[in-house]
Amino acid sequence: MPLTDSLRNDILAAVPSLRAFAISLSGNADRADDLVQETLLRALANIDSFQPGSNLPAWLFTILRNLFRSDYRKRRREVEDAEGNYAKTLKTQPSQNAHLEFEEFRTALDKLPQDQREALILVGASGFSYEDAASICGCAVGTIKSRVNRARSKLAALLYVDGAEDFGPDETVRAVIGGSGG
Amino acid sequence: MKDLKSQASRSTTPGKGGLTPEIQSRIGHQLRAMYDDVVRQGVPDRFAELIKKLDAPGATPHVENEGGSNDNNNGRE
Repeated sequence: MPLTDSLRNDILAAVPSLRAFAISLSGNADRADDLVQETLLRALANIDSFQPGSNLPAWLFTILRNLFRSDYRKRRREVEDAEGNYAKTLKTQPSQNAHLEFEEFRTALDKLPQDQREALILVGASGFSYEDAASICGCAVGTIKSRVNRARSKLAALLYVDGAEDFGPDETVRAVIGGSGG
Repeated sequence: MKDLKSQASRSTTPGKGGLTPEIQSRIGHQLRAMYDDVVRQGVPDRFAELIKKLDAPGATPHVENEGGSNDNNNGRE
């Protein structure tokens, strides 16, 4: 469909959550904004392929997610400063305790496998349905549900279980989700 | 914090997803707090201008690196 003013406004309205998604995925504010910019350019260049009436945020998130994944493969070996860069994006510096807790959470989130992290963010933070998240990630709904569950279990193991590190979070997760059939 | 941890330990015996409701809601809360903090920052000027500049599909956007914050990776592998 042509780029009408209303479509332009809808794209604009999606930018804040696109940024939040990009930062949650990458843990790096500068890189996240580059991803958002690239996403917008691609979306606008391919606006003809957007179906009027379909889910615009889901369409934009799909573009960003795919860009992130191809970018990630290229950059995988670079050393990152996830927490440091993320902290710069905060408008208000949280109190010391809240900040520590936040960093712990961010670190744990970064330890999740990418499939699980993106599923958890899409469903748990962006507020997409399992169906939309599945379409964004190009997989089955059941796969998204399973990834979200694994992500939650693994975060719980990393953040809230004493001594989880001692016997390995993966074993904890396997024990926790055992028998769910993957 | 302590009681959360002990609840989590107990929950490693398989239950519904193995998570207590407290831990599940705590994870959800932290995730959304992290996310919403960015959402509340709104639309940075660079993106508002980028979208405004594009008049038609196929128009070539002239993207400038205002402030030069992102051009330090150019040409690097």
